[in-house]
Amino acid sequence: MSAQRDRWVSSFSFLLFCASSIPRRGSARLLEELSPQEYFSSLQAGRASLAYFSHNASPGAQPFLEQIENSAEALQDYGISVVKVNCPKEDVSRYCGKENALRKAYLFRGNMLIREFPTDALFDVNSVVANVLFALLFNEVKYVETLADLQNIENAVKGRSNMVFAYVPATGTAEHRAVMEAAFVYGTVHQFVLTTEAMLLRDTGNDEPDVSSARLLFCHCQRATDLAQPCRRTAMGQPLTMLNIHRHLKLMGAPLVTEVAEDPEKVSTVHLQLGLPLVFILSQKETYEADRRTAEFVAWQLLGKAGVALLSRDLVDLNILLRSNVALKTPDEGVPVKYLVLEDTDEVITLVEDKSKVGQIQEDEEEDEEDEDEKENNNQDIQDDQVVEAVSRDKKRELPLEQILVLTEETFHSALLETARTVVLFYASWEAVSLAVLRSYTEVADHLKGTQGVLLARVNCWDWPGVCTKENVTQFPTIRVYEKGERWVTYDGMWGTDELTSFIMLSRVSCPLKLATIEEAEGYLRGEFPSELSSYHHTSVLGVFSTAMNEAKEAFEEAGNILSGHVTTGMYFEDDALALSRKYAVSPPALLLARSGGRSVETIALSKQSAQDMVRMIRYELLDIFPEITVQNLPRYLQLRKPFLILFSDGDIGEMESKEMLKLAKGRPRQAFVACWLNLKKTPVGRGVLKVYFATVPSLPLLLWVNLHAGGQVFKFPSEQTISEMNVLSWLEKLKAGLEIPSSTLSEEDWKPPLPAYDFLQMMETAVPEVPLRTSHHRGDTPAPKSPGRDTTVREEPSQETKAEKGGTPGRDLRGTAPRLAAREKQGKRHSEL
Amino acid sequence: LSLALYAGSLCAASSAAFLYHDYCVIGAGPSGLQAAYFLQQAGRDYVVFERSHAPGSFFALYPRHRKLISINKQYTGKSNSEFNLRHDWNSLLSRDRRLLFRHYSHDFFPNADAMVHYLEDFASLLKLQVQYNTAIIHVTLERDEQAWNGHYFLLTDQDRQNYKCSSLLVATGMWVPNVVNFPGSEYVEGYETVSINPEDFAGQTVLILGRGNSAFETAENILGVTNFIHMVSRSRVRLSWATHYVGDLRAINNGLLDTYQLKSLDGLLEGDLEDLAIVKDKKGKLHITLRFYLENRNTSAGIDSITLPQDELDNFATRAPYDRVIRCLGWKFDFSIYNRSLRLMPGKGNKKKYPQIKPSYESRGTRGLFILGTASHSVDFRKSAGGFIHGFRYTTRAVHRLLENRHHGVPWPSTVYPITQLTNSIIKRVNEASGLYQMFGVLADIILLRENATAFEYLEEYPVGVLAELEMQTGRKAPNGLFVIIMEYGRNFSGADKDVFYYNRAVGEAQHAWQSNFLHPVIYYYKHLPTEHEMKLRPPDWPLPRPDAIHHIVEDFLTDWTAPNAHILPLRRFLENCLSTDLRNFFA
Repeated sequence: MSAQRDRWVSSFSFLLFCASSIPRRGSARLLEELSPQEYFSSLQAGRASLAYFSHNASPGAQPFLEQIENSAEALQDYGISVVKVNCPKEDVSRYCGKENALRKAYLFRGNMLIREFPTDALFDVNSVVANVLFALLFNEVKYVETLADLQNIENAVKGRSNMVFAYVPATGTAEHRAVMEAAFVYGTVHQFVLTTEAMLLRDTGNDEPDVSSARLLFCHCQRATDLAQPCRRTAMGQPLTMLNIHRHLKLMGAPLVTEVAEDPEKVSTVHLQLGLPLVFILSQKETYEADRRTAEFVAWQLLGKAGVALLSRDLVDLNILLRSNVALKTPDEGVPVKYLVLEDTDEVITLVEDKSKVGQIQEDEEEDEEDEDEKENNNQDIQDDQVVEAVSRDKKRELPLEQILVLTEETFHSALLETARTVVLFYASWEAVSLAVLRSYTEVADHLKGTQGVLLARVNCWDWPGVCTKENVTQFPTIRVYEKGERWVTYDGMWGTDELTSFIMLSRVSCPLKLATIEEAEGYLRGEFPSELSSYHHTSVLGVFSTAMNEAKEAFEEAGNILSGHVTTGMYFEDDALALSRKYAVSPPALLLARSGGRSVETIALSKQSAQDMVRMIRYELLDIFPEITVQNLPRYLQLRKPFLILFSDGDIGEMESKEMLKLAKGRPRQAFVACWLNLKKTPVGRGVLKVYFATVPSLPLLLWVNLHAGGQVFKFPSEQTISEMNVLSWLEKLKAGLEIPSSTLSEEDWKPPLPAYDFLQMMETAVPEVPLRTSHHRGDTPAPKSPGRDTTVREEPSQETKAEKGGTPGRDLRGTAPRLAAREKQGKRHSEL
Repeated sequence: LSLALYAGSLCAASSAAFLYHDYCVIGAGPSGLQAAYFLQQAGRDYVVFERSHAPGSFFALYPRHRKLISINKQYTGKSNSEFNLRHDWNSLLSRDRRLLFRHYSHDFFPNADAMVHYLEDFASLLKLQVQYNTAIIHVTLERDEQAWNGHYFLLTDQDRQNYKCSSLLVATGMWVPNVVNFPGSEYVEGYETVSINPEDFAGQTVLILGRGNSAFETAENILGVTNFIHMVSRSRVRLSWATHYVGDLRAINNGLLDTYQLKSLDGLLEGDLEDLAIVKDKKGKLHITLRFYLENRNTSAGIDSITLPQDELDNFATRAPYDRVIRCLGWKFDFSIYNRSLRLMPGKGNKKKYPQIKPSYESRGTRGLFILGTASHSVDFRKSAGGFIHGFRYTTRAVHRLLENRHHGVPWPSTVYPITQLTNSIIKRVNEASGLYQMFGVLADIILLRENATAFEYLEEYPVGVLAELEMQTGRKAPNGLFVIIMEYGRNFSGADKDVFYYNRAVGEAQHAWQSNFLHPVIYYYKHLPTEHEMKLRPPDWPLPRPDAIHHIVEDFLTDWTAPNAHILPLRRFLENCLSTDLRNFFA
């Protein structure tokens, strides 16, 4: 063994030398030139030599000769001399005489010819070395072509030695040479098997092998006893080079699990020397057997990637957490050993396979430890739903519900008939959003106190499920406005008090309102008629029709119904409708739109006839040209699914900017983007938005192009430029041309669960192993790894129990039932005596 | 020739005499009427055959001592009608609010006459199609490719009137008394006929065979006037509060346990009735001996020659002679009216009194034949409430829904919700649903996820034993995974010999919810509908195969699972992790 190692070391150092010397061709001439007589007499028994016979004048052989020459040094290292034999012109002997013999190289051992190589098989140094060694190591390296051959060899070596199985796409390649060089060193230790058959690679269990690259598998046949089973295999992950193969074989030769009884900081194994991490499984006397199995299991998984050591805590005085069960030592100098608490073996494996995670896990652990002092678990049982949290924090405050009529199964229908309009809140008294909305609802009731014709009512679906089912209420909460108990509109806006109040107020007026005279119509557009709404800021939409336009009128009526509560609609179709429309320079059918507070009346010709089209158009027309974005109106603008050109401002925007932006918004076709602005003073959440975009809040005002619906890119308008229509337009052109670099890109990350759930399935399997969950466990998604994993968790149990005792504060018991209150005895493990 | 003519005319006469209905229901007891209600609601062509002149003829006779042991709770502190059905074990399901049992009796354990009255009203107020005085005496099959199930059911009544049906719903109950034959069993009086007047037992010594509620009810009635009562049966007494099974001995009937344990002369014994023999002496007293002794004796000798156990073992327990022996051994299904071609087979083991059926309540032998009511209890015998009104009213509805889908293309009713309502819809159901609560482990709510889990479809009270056939049985599709919501007791909690009052029996912490002992909701998550094979390989005592994830909502003293932190939060986390999404609410 030691002799071999020496041999290897020399070849290894040679390799390095060779690599550096190849470019400087012909620096040392190792190629001997001899006459045939000299050559044949110099042959020593047992010593191999490669000979090339040539007449002086054969220019075609020149490139080949160069390769032979270059190989001389490499081959010399394996004790093979390379000789160029100069044939005299008149020589007609066996090797010099024949013309075709001159196109070959001959390999001799002693004076026995082993093989002759056609010169085109020896096209470079790799092919020379590979082929020569291949010929010499005929016994050490078996070449196989069929699976049967491979299995025969495998069976023959079972229980005796290990096998190295290599696949190379072709002979004479660098990989082939590397395998042969390795075989030269390890050939007597392991059985080498080589193939160029891609099929064979597929048959050996590699389902989708990449047949264009060479592969090497180490087959652990020495410990294999079952003839029917193939030996366990460990594939080499790295490319086939001499160095990698050596490393791989060395790792395979190392003991599977090293038992350690000293400080991990001082331990050094072959793995660490080869630059691989070392995993320590921390063991105790009591659990030694299980830990040993775990360690072996892990070691098999990590073979070739990391070493595994079993560290006995009883023998080493470690100043570490009792809970820690795994330690990791990296080959880097000066990095301390990390102690971890891992749940199962999968984690150990990911730990090694993804070293970058180490730091993260470590951090998590540290956080956990801090938490541990206060409570048993992580934050899973802490409410992270802000609505639920707020409602339960507030649960002792009684709501002033006197204004709101409670409806029951008995009173529901009769109550609806009593008032012109009844607003009904359907809710569940246990549901948090319902209770939050109930709060807003009481405020609405306060606002609307004394308002005629509106009754606010509520139905608790937890008390009266029959009503809610009958009314087809499928969501909690639901607010509906019933009109004389017949028609109803479901509220679909925000749950805020103002939005709700406005909805209820607007839906008081029938929609659309039929106007009788021109004066009424004018008053309607001024917001003075109907008088109920005169004190209320709102947008009015007036449909003007001539008497005959029945179809359009019907469609508008339907659209008005749908929009009830969101916008007031009125219609005028008296004989003098033409006079009205002429005043606003439109011809019926047309819509006149008067915004709240706005002086001018906008006109829209009605070309589309269907109610749905009208609804869509009116909704669109209601949007502002250059709106201030608030939390409340954002959804409406987001629904357009267009990029935002948004100006963030700390307070009101300047007059200049406002003018320029308005020009921009009006000038461009409105389909392209939404020009808008955001007042950070009114909408402070904008600050958070900017932080997401830029990490810090940049100086304001700030103009951004945000495309949320395609790519999530955020572009920042250069702050040195003034915000003017011209500047912004040219900037937008550049954006479109792809000339600007986005300041940031918003990730499309989904809404992931904030925290994990209790894994009861795993708890059941761990705690009650006899629970025959496994019998039905044939999907194979969690095979063998679990059982050693269980050992790891079982070991942790004692510490958990002690925790439970400490954590059992009397206050917690209140959550149980009365018998539990009385239970002050020590908590035994669950009723096993039953 | 005359013979041929005769045969021909008979044939013509009989075919003309078939009265056809899509659905025939045999028996106008609680389950027959319940089925009739649903068929009527759906506008189906059906008829109910009742041999008596009024519905619920079994309740007109039984229980002999007239006290029903199904609870009739007047007050629960809640107005939720669905929730209140959890504690009303006598009402049938209907939309008519007059037909709640609390309007018929104020007693917590009502008199059986109230049930008879209730069933009469149920049939008449809802105008159910019941044909009284019609005893079906024979049922056979007629093969026909065109029929719904490849055959028609041909029914014959006591007047040889024939009926033809596409689907047969058997709601005949269990009314054939269980009889054990042993030497001397002729001296035994049956529960069906024994006197219920306590005075008839004054100063007598009584042996009761059986250990069920009828045996204890009989004992309870005469406890105060007898010398003493002994009870003998093969199995140990099972107390329903220990087993969580309402069919076991109920506390209301167990006065004899007191007198036994306080050594007030009454007693309980275990023994196989098959080994028993009763010998009457000259004074008319009845002596217990063993069949073994009878078989070995000299047949010619008189009564005195019979060996009694006390002759060899002088402290033999039942050595005192009895004045009366009463048999109270329960009932079995009447198999006699079904033609062999229906292959209506008795069950195995302790289920042999029931006909064999699938978890869909369809007969194993005949397609289109469904067993309803107490006779369908083999599905959940000794486990859930399928043998009792408060259980089978829901399973009958489930069968109706299966039939609606199978024969009329009406898929299982469902509601589609947006995913934001997922937690709410589960919390709502586990807190109020009575079908889930009564038929724990048998009926389950199913949530079918829509693509990308942005919405889901909610199906109520599906028989979980046929989960693998869900798509075929309901007409709903489940390609994107599903949740199954079911109620369970702790697996090792209940049982005949278990101490159900041990300390720390109640789990209070949400993270230990899987160890909950009392009835609590369990949610199974499957990425794919389990296959029939997986259903078969499920662990014993598991209603379902291994899920991809499972959640237990921790048991609650008030059965109120609405606590934000202990109940709703862990459920939300579970749902979030199954769907890999965030289900929180936010303030705008």
